[in-house]
Amino acid sequence: MPTMSLGKALNHGLRKAMERDPKVVLMGEDIGKLGGVFRVTEGLQRDFGDRRVIDTPLAESGVIGTAVGLAARGYRPVCEIQFDGFIYPAFDQIVSQVAKLHYRSEGRVTVALTIRVPFGGGVGAVEHHSESPEAYFAHTAGLRVVTPSNAADGYRMIQQAVASDDPVVFFEPKRRYWEKGEVDETRLSDTPLHRAAVVTTGSDVTIAAYGPMVATALDAARIGREEGTSIEVIDLRSLSPVDFDTIEASVRKTGRLVVAHEASVFCGLGAEIAARISERCFFHLEAPVRRVGGFATPYPPSRAEHHFLPDADRILHEVDRCLQP
Amino acid sequence: MATAQVRVPEPSIPEWTGFDGLVQLISVDGQRTVGCPYWELVADVDAAQLRGLYRDMTIVRRIDAEAMALQRQGELALWAPLLGQEAAQVGSARALRADDFVFPSYREHGVAYCRGVDPAQMLRLWRGAGLSGWDPADYGIATPAIVVGSQALHATGYALGIALDGATSAAVTYFGDGATSEGDIAEAFGFAASYVVPVVFFCQNNQWAISEPVRVQSHASIAQRGQGYGIPGIQVDGNDVLAVLAATRLALARASAGQGPTLIEAVTYRMGPHTTSDDPTRYRSRADEEEWRVKDPLARLHALLRTEGLADDSFDQDVVADADEVAAALRQGCLTMPDPEVSDLFAHVYADAHPLLLEERDAYEAFLAGLDEDGDAGA
Repeated sequence: MPTMSLGKALNHGLRKAMERDPKVVLMGEDIGKLGGVFRVTEGLQRDFGDRRVIDTPLAESGVIGTAVGLAARGYRPVCEIQFDGFIYPAFDQIVSQVAKLHYRSEGRVTVALTIRVPFGGGVGAVEHHSESPEAYFAHTAGLRVVTPSNAADGYRMIQQAVASDDPVVFFEPKRRYWEKGEVDETRLSDTPLHRAAVVTTGSDVTIAAYGPMVATALDAARIGREEGTSIEVIDLRSLSPVDFDTIEASVRKTGRLVVAHEASVFCGLGAEIAARISERCFFHLEAPVRRVGGFATPYPPSRAEHHFLPDADRILHEVDRCLQP
Repeated sequence: MATAQVRVPEPSIPEWTGFDGLVQLISVDGQRTVGCPYWELVADVDAAQLRGLYRDMTIVRRIDAEAMALQRQGELALWAPLLGQEAAQVGSARALRADDFVFPSYREHGVAYCRGVDPAQMLRLWRGAGLSGWDPADYGIATPAIVVGSQALHATGYALGIALDGATSAAVTYFGDGATSEGDIAEAFGFAASYVVPVVFFCQNNQWAISEPVRVQSHASIAQRGQGYGIPGIQVDGNDVLAVLAATRLALARASAGQGPTLIEAVTYRMGPHTTSDDPTRYRSRADEEEWRVKDPLARLHALLRTEGLADDSFDQDVVADADEVAAALRQGCLTMPDPEVSDLFAHVYADAHPLLLEERDAYEAFLAGLDEDGDAGA
């Protein structure tokens, strides 16, 4: 099996999706000759032409709004929003149109749209380039929200997202773009897009994480194991819907749950997961569900971002509080 | 992006500075104007077609009046009347071809009627029985966009699809003077001009965005707003159905010839309130309303028909009878429209199954099933 970076795996996945369906078109700023600022679309305009890989004017609402029109004509657009913090000009089109058109039209209009968004911090960027806005979209009925944490998932999940008849907001953990993994390009995924994955098993505590935090959670699990704590790590993969069954099964076994994400804790995905798991398996919990994530601050200057972003130590601190409530 | 369309020099927008640049073919008192080059575009319109336009406008006004009455009688939650804008809507819609596609705002009942939508289905969203009323694919018209300006981007994207398909149809989007201040309109102009796609931006400048007169939006004419994007603008008398027909035909011909977008500003007047919840007496004068009342689009076409001997009392009676018949069917359709079922609430949020939604639906249905006869949850 070939080894490739997450960014390259996404590139290969997009290529496959375009080969499979001529209605798949890519739209975004700088995605043509440049191949996107993270090179995820590298070589695709060269190979598929500028009618399928379209450099758009610099206006995010325009990118998404015109993609809605293309979808209404039967196309399957894949839009790139250049950075997390630049998605807000498109927020109205995403929330008021993309998310609601299928419902408004009673199923007559399908918006088979994928919105790719590099997200999260840890790359030393300036303001608006390190945000985690996923909760806004997970909160919005009509959208599906997913995020791969590794190259193999990136390759498979982007193809599943493009093939979905529902709009999918596809968050790409930008600080993991260059991390490599084995990718089997010979077959499609046999895992549904919205199934969480148990990425390492354990018996004392469950950590649920997604996107860029999965690798951090695995670090925490490794350190924990050295210190005698058996930690199970779940990669959520999907943030809407959330695969609560997989989390519940794990928590019924471990009795303890820590949810980790980069986004601010208040009203984040962790809040929803803590509430649901408390409802579903309260009497199996040995301790309150703990959350670890960004502070209730805007994203800080990059020389201080290591304080904001949870690392293995901060996750393990919450693991300890679960073990000794 | 390079489109595959071949640029051709014709059709071009004629030089026209008469009537202060306003394209007008029928004067306010119902006379044919002289010298306007747009006459050429409607040279084929014969007596039968003129009578047809008058019939359409009368029916559309009757639909509007019936819907207003239904709202006042408590049968509709809201209605956005088109009174005064019949010529702008019928003139433009009757220029469209079957494979053109319309992206309207929420006041385009006249356009929807001309596209063949059952008037009763237009009421669905205003009654609260649904969020829309018809299948866009059946009629070539999307359902109303309530977030003003959003639909101009959809039209532009659809037009990009037309260009990618190598088709010769066009997308047409309707919006008002208020919407021209929205960023989505500016972005639609930018994208459409950049891509050179077949889209017609049809602005009904009805002078009022709820209570704000058009000068709050802009001190320049709306037709001029496209120039900075390289989009030619046509300012047309929106109460002159022939002038609107001509301008729209020209814009569609440009679109199909690969010349890209055209902006049409139809200068008209919202004779009624913004919606049934509005009270125009708080912000505009009777003198203002009176000034526009004499420019009434139906009266103008009727005067022309009478002057030219194309309409007599029997024609007038026929048209009224037709309109009454449409109104009666509209009322009947409204009163017999079913309310949504609980299951409809949860249907079509997604194309594919979503477990959270199924869980909530099942839980709510179980809750309803557990209620006693009085509708109490009781122990």
